[in-house]
Amino acid sequence: MKNGSLIFGALLSVLVIIAAGVSFLWVPFDITQLSIPDKLQTPNKIHWLGTDHFGRDILSMIMIGARTSLAVALLAVGIGFSIGVPLGLAAAARKNSLIDEVIMRTNDLIFAFPSLVIAILITALFGAGAMNAIIAIGIFNIPVFARVSRGAALSLWQKEFILAARVSGKSDFLISAEHILPNIANLLIVQGTIQFSLGILAEAGLSYVGLGTQPPIPSWGRMLADAQTMVSFAPHLAIIPGTAIIVTVLGLNLMGDGLRDILDPRVRKSRE
Amino acid sequence: MISLCLASVIIFTIVEIAPGDPASFMLGINAQEDTIAALRAELGLDQDKLSRYFSWISGMVQGDFGTSYTYRSPISNMIADRIWVSLPLALYALVISTLIAFPAGIYAATQRGKVGDVAVMGATQFGIAIPNFWFAMILVVIFALKLRWFSAGGFVEWENGIFQSIKSLTLPAIALALPQASILSRVMRSALIETLSEDYIRTARAKGFGKRAVIWRHALRNALIPVLTIIGLQFSFLLAGAIIIEQVFFLPGLGRLVFQAITQRDLIVVESVVMLLVFAVITVNFIVDIAYAIADPRLRRRV
Repeated sequence: MKNGSLIFGALLSVLVIIAAGVSFLWVPFDITQLSIPDKLQTPNKIHWLGTDHFGRDILSMIMIGARTSLAVALLAVGIGFSIGVPLGLAAAARKNSLIDEVIMRTNDLIFAFPSLVIAILITALFGAGAMNAIIAIGIFNIPVFARVSRGAALSLWQKEFILAARVSGKSDFLISAEHILPNIANLLIVQGTIQFSLGILAEAGLSYVGLGTQPPIPSWGRMLADAQTMVSFAPHLAIIPGTAIIVTVLGLNLMGDGLRDILDPRVRKSRE
Repeated sequence: MISLCLASVIIFTIVEIAPGDPASFMLGINAQEDTIAALRAELGLDQDKLSRYFSWISGMVQGDFGTSYTYRSPISNMIADRIWVSLPLALYALVISTLIAFPAGIYAATQRGKVGDVAVMGATQFGIAIPNFWFAMILVVIFALKLRWFSAGGFVEWENGIFQSIKSLTLPAIALALPQASILSRVMRSALIETLSEDYIRTARAKGFGKRAVIWRHALRNALIPVLTIIGLQFSFLLAGAIIIEQVFFLPGLGRLVFQAITQRDLIVVESVVMLLVFAVITVNFIVDIAYAIADPRLRRRV
């Protein structure tokens, strides 16, 4: 039971990843093919999850939508990680210096911005689309990673093995890259999982208001927006993409929690 | 204060470097060059960036947020109208969230490791994973379309009866509160578990206080610090983060105002409202710091 959440979460996440992966090779129906006579079918033997208002197969759209969601969230986390972690490490290496002060104050500042509003502002002004959505979500991942890596790195800088490395003449940069980074990797992976699930939710939200992924590329948020006017007589249009989002986010969060329990001895102890 | 200045520069810059000229946007694609130039002059867009920045800032300090490009009405009036939707909505959602999270978190902490704890924590995992706009749609289908207890959208003005207004904010507030309540329950639970393992709790128990008395008189108060932090963060999030929910329910709030202004290139409205929101976030964080001092006497000397 102890690793129950990890296993269950990993199962859900793998399910979504497989759906996305398979969609590159095969989907049950071609979603570029509109078929109005088949529109708004509820789940049945031919269309397992039914059809939308254009007669497109919902299962196929969900599978391709998984691809979109995962790609956007992954790239957004990638931006946050690749910029935030070096900044956090640099701040920790020069604790209380001007660099540290500037990085951390900028961090606080970005935290004070309403992220959703700024994301909407960026995507609306620079053009709606997946790329700008990735950047908008990614920017708000930077301070999260910077803060986590700085906090974890600070406590490591007090350790003897770091002192030994300094005595042996290694530069701060080398110490951060060779000794600090591998030791905070656990934490970063856990944080990455959480940010990944937040990215999925953010992408869905942006696409829902029409500023994320653009048609004809299917996206779960987009499908929900289309469903809104029809939800009273075709509830499956809303329930299915919603479930897809919930399954993905739930899977990632459970996996993150499970990983933290295993990787962070402090949490492990307090749970016992 | 420094953060506010920096924030204003950032907002101004984002909006400045964005493509799309408000004047040509307002006049449409067939507008003549000289008409556009005239409108730009009227809106003050022909002045250099620096003087426009300073007139924006100095106006805002005096409570003059400028005039909307599209509506031609003072932005301060527009904000004043909208804030009476967004602020009550955020507070309402926060109250619901707290009312759910406190009992749920305390219950889970006392039942730690038992079925009750697992059930509550499982439920909160769902609460966090559910996109609030999707939850909002489901609420509308069930409570507005099927049961007809609430209206599916729109806002009843306060003059038309407080009860009706609150009623029209109920579904949006519930939708907003769900993920917040889930997060807050988890914070409440872990904070309480942490304090319950402290020595002074054991001392209190050893002195013969019952479990319930210890939780209410000692543990809860000490567990409040992290909970207050999250409540503060959530309030500022709710004020700005309602943007999509306001869209779902057609509520005339601040979020919807920004959203419309963005799509209409009404940049001065966007700048001012975003600035106001950042100001609100920083103020709320400050208030939370003061609330710390009230909850934790040890911090009083430092503040």
